[in-house]
Amino acid sequence: MEFMFDFVLQPWPWWISGILIAAIMFLLIYFGQTFGFSSNLRTLCAAMGAGKKVAFFAFDWREQTWNLVFLVGAVIGGFLTQQFLTEPDAAVQISQATVQDLAKLGFAAPQGAQPDELFGLEALSGFKNILLLVIGGALVGFGARYAGGCTSGHAITGLSNLQLPSLIAAVGFFLGGLIMTFLIFPRIF
Amino acid sequence: MKFIKFLLVGILFGIVMAKSEAMSWYRIQEMFRFQAFHMYGIIGVAVVLGIIGTALMKKFKIRDDQGNPIVFAPKARAFFPYLIGGTLFGLGWALCGACPGPMVVNIGYGYLSMVIVFASAILGTFLYGILERFLPQ
Repeated sequence: MEFMFDFVLQPWPWWISGILIAAIMFLLIYFGQTFGFSSNLRTLCAAMGAGKKVAFFAFDWREQTWNLVFLVGAVIGGFLTQQFLTEPDAAVQISQATVQDLAKLGFAAPQGAQPDELFGLEALSGFKNILLLVIGGALVGFGARYAGGCTSGHAITGLSNLQLPSLIAAVGFFLGGLIMTFLIFPRIF
Repeated sequence: MKFIKFLLVGILFGIVMAKSEAMSWYRIQEMFRFQAFHMYGIIGVAVVLGIIGTALMKKFKIRDDQGNPIVFAPKARAFFPYLIGGTLFGLGWALCGACPGPMVVNIGYGYLSMVIVFASAILGTFLYGILERFLPQ
């Protein structure tokens, strides 16, 4: 019993998460759909009426309702974890090397799941921080659609089906991540 | 009611993203700096099991829960959209430490700043829709 309790409250090891992500993908396939989260961004544009002006959004978004429901579930899952399935103020246990690298950029060692320097509500008083969040989000939304999918659609589903386009996209994901981390971060933080 | 199964799988997804810390900006930084196996382990296990399971589903011609054949639609053949789009995505992924799924998990977790990031991601997709016909496809 104590073991179970510990297990629920501690962060889960990588292999359990990997197994569950594969299970989520197969469940969605079994339900006649696919695992592709960024499609929701397009669906939301269409649901807000973008199809009247832009052909890319002129489709029956109601057929994608299942994915929007999945999105709502993801929000609830995050809420449930924070409320019931985690130690209060549990800090992410990243490697010491990362802590030191991030310290050079002005980030304190982790106090929670996310750095207050970027995502804390006080950080929203700084124009630069808001700009970074807006630019980052826009790059994700634009890039995911241009590439035809995000981590779930390409790196997990596409690679599982051995699709070359998904491998190219995944290489791009990584290329962009390395450029941001090693070339741009030292200039913006 | 027919959507409840998607709600439940979505809840599982949110819990997994949060419990595995894959929703954390710190973990994404650690990954791009090659300083831990954690994220590689998560994606690696998912892909290896995904490859095996997908092959088995094709071999045994598994049907979905409605009895329809499962079709694995191939992606269109191209190069630059995947590489350039992927690279832009990667820039944003590293900056915000979250891809679209974990963004909304973070909102549920209480990181309300992620509302800005997610709203901006919707805007980015809208921008793509406007510019689509000017971009190499």
